[in-house]
Amino acid sequence: MTEPVLVLDGVQKSFGALKVTDGVSLAVAPGELHALIGPNGAGKTTLVHQISGMLRPDTGTVRFRGHDITTLSPEKRARAGLARTFQITSTIASLSVLENVALSVQARAAHPLALFRNAARDERLNGPAWAAIEAVGLAERAHVPAGRLSHGEKRALEIAMALTLEPAAILLDEPLAGVGREEGERLISLLKSLKGRYAMLLVEHDMEAVFALADKVSVLVYGRVIASGDPAVVRADPAVREAYLGEEG
Amino acid sequence: MSTAGAIAETPAVATPLPKRRPVIALVLFVLLALIPVATALGLPSHWLSLVTRAMIFAIAALSLDLILGVGGLVSFGHAAFIGIGAYVTGIMITEGRPEALLALPLILVACAVFAAVTGAVSLRTRGVAFIMITLAFGQMGFFLAQALSAYGGDDGLTLAERSTVLGFDVFANRTRFFYIVLAALAGCYALVSIIVASRFGRVLRASRENATRVTVTGYDVGRVRLIAYVISGMIAGLSGFFLANQTEFVSPAFMSWQRSGELIFMVVLGGTGSLHGAVIGALAYLFTEEILSGLGEYWRGIFGTYLLFGFDLRIAAEHWKAIFGPLIVLFVLFTRGGIVGIISKLGRRHD
Ligand SMILES: Nc1ncnc2c1ncn2[C@@H]1O[C@H](COP(=O)(O)OP(=O)(O)O)[C@@H](O)[C@H]1O
Ligand SMILES: [Mg+2]
Repeated sequence: MTEPVLVLDGVQKSFGALKVTDGVSLAVAPGELHALIGPNGAGKTTLVHQISGMLRPDTGTVRFRGHDITTLSPEKRARAGLARTFQITSTIASLSVLENVALSVQARAAHPLALFRNAARDERLNGPAWAAIEAVGLAERAHVPAGRLSHGEKRALEIAMALTLEPAAILLDEPLAGVGREEGERLISLLKSLKGRYAMLLVEHDMEAVFALADKVSVLVYGRVIASGDPAVVRADPAVREAYLGEEG
Repeated sequence: MSTAGAIAETPAVATPLPKRRPVIALVLFVLLALIPVATALGLPSHWLSLVTRAMIFAIAALSLDLILGVGGLVSFGHAAFIGIGAYVTGIMITEGRPEALLALPLILVACAVFAAVTGAVSLRTRGVAFIMITLAFGQMGFFLAQALSAYGGDDGLTLAERSTVLGFDVFANRTRFFYIVLAALAGCYALVSIIVASRFGRVLRASRENATRVTVTGYDVGRVRLIAYVISGMIAGLSGFFLANQTEFVSPAFMSWQRSGELIFMVVLGGTGSLHGAVIGALAYLFTEEILSGLGEYWRGIFGTYLLFGFDLRIAAEHWKAIFGPLIVLFVLFTRGGIVGIISKLGRRHD
């Protein structure tokens, strides 16, 4: 078996008396699409924040590419190859799609903070940015400010920004939430096209999407992983049906 | 996502957006360069000093715009850097070392160190806390200057001469001094413009809008802001050097919080983030101040009386700040984007 890219071990996090992450352990293998499902308020976003470094676990460890990154800053995790998207999309609204993606390319470039090097006309940034923009299907919108994109387009832009970080793993926090049906289908096919190339942790509410995409599914309820494994097996698990799938119908 | 997956018929290579030439800035610098000509042709000669002073403040306002307008950091202690620049200049002249090529590097280093130390502390906070901490550091400079009893303390320090360059009295001639300040302003404008358009500038701008996004993209936002803060402080120090040379006097008032507030006013008045807005704001601020404070005299010059509808304008002139304050507040409330915002709106209407 290959070494997992991302390993959580006994991660715990409380907000006051509320235990939001309750001893979560899971592993994502290279190229694996691991779905994390669970009802609203189960603690999925909080867990993603702890993996990306925006929150620090109370106890437990996060390991990435063999290194303990539990106390590493978010920017260092990003530079180490851990990219993420947000449940509430997060882009630079006044910058164009091209500039947003170029900002991401720049982070991996040789002199990311060069003081006197013009950014807008830099082919070393714009070239790879265009490639990513085309890969996510935003080429026609390249010069539109990110703030004026549709919801689904913003999701695609976030994915393009994640891809240009040349990540080893991508965390996707509900990339389909709030997106219309048509745009949702495009996003699903986009995610399908990325499958196998990156380790992905996909937080998702949409069951159809999850079972169409995932290699592995973990179910989070009240901050605790109640089941984890092959999608078909997890779907059949009585505890899962009761706690989560049952609620859906 | 109009054509997901499909390769759209867009060029594979980037077509950079045509960069809008800062025509306004160019026109502005040309107009400024004509001021000495105008005074030679009959414009009251004190306008030469007034515009020189305005350009000196424009350098400081420009530097503030880098962190305030571009970086989104409202520093309320920026006058401290003017003070450091002015005091280093004044103390060195008093100590018999008027050489500018000695004073300037010292000013830049002193301002960089002060900015690095105070920035490292204040940049841990955001919003109102940041404003308060920078204000506190500014006041620290003010009280420190007051305590410098060897150099005038409270009363300030009158300078026996102006700085020299390689021993020559290049600042003595008023017209030459004007052009040197203009060249310095244009140079700072070019420098800050290049920085804003750079990779660094892009990250700084993006951090103002969405620091979280910039962080998870792999940038150390705190470090980026600190670098901007240091650069900004160094440029403001240069403005202090010129101010000391123009007024031939240095005092703690250079670092007062009111002075820091005025700098913010200038930037907001002109329009934040555009750079030339800060320059226009500084000019407009000092012109308005000049006109309001000389209101009675101007009126009498034209109409032969101090009275307007039976009201003595000398009283208004004496309390010009009471008029100026509300005027600025109204202006900021009713014009988004300051003077530059109005200009670009008018420009768009003509298209
Ligand atoms: N910063 C916070 N402080 C206190 N409670 C929080 C905070 N963030 C999230 N929570 C709570 O933690 C629980 C899990 O939230 P979240 O991780 O957003 O769930 P999910 O993404 O699964 O919907 C919710 O009850 C939420 O109210
Ligand atoms: Mg969530």
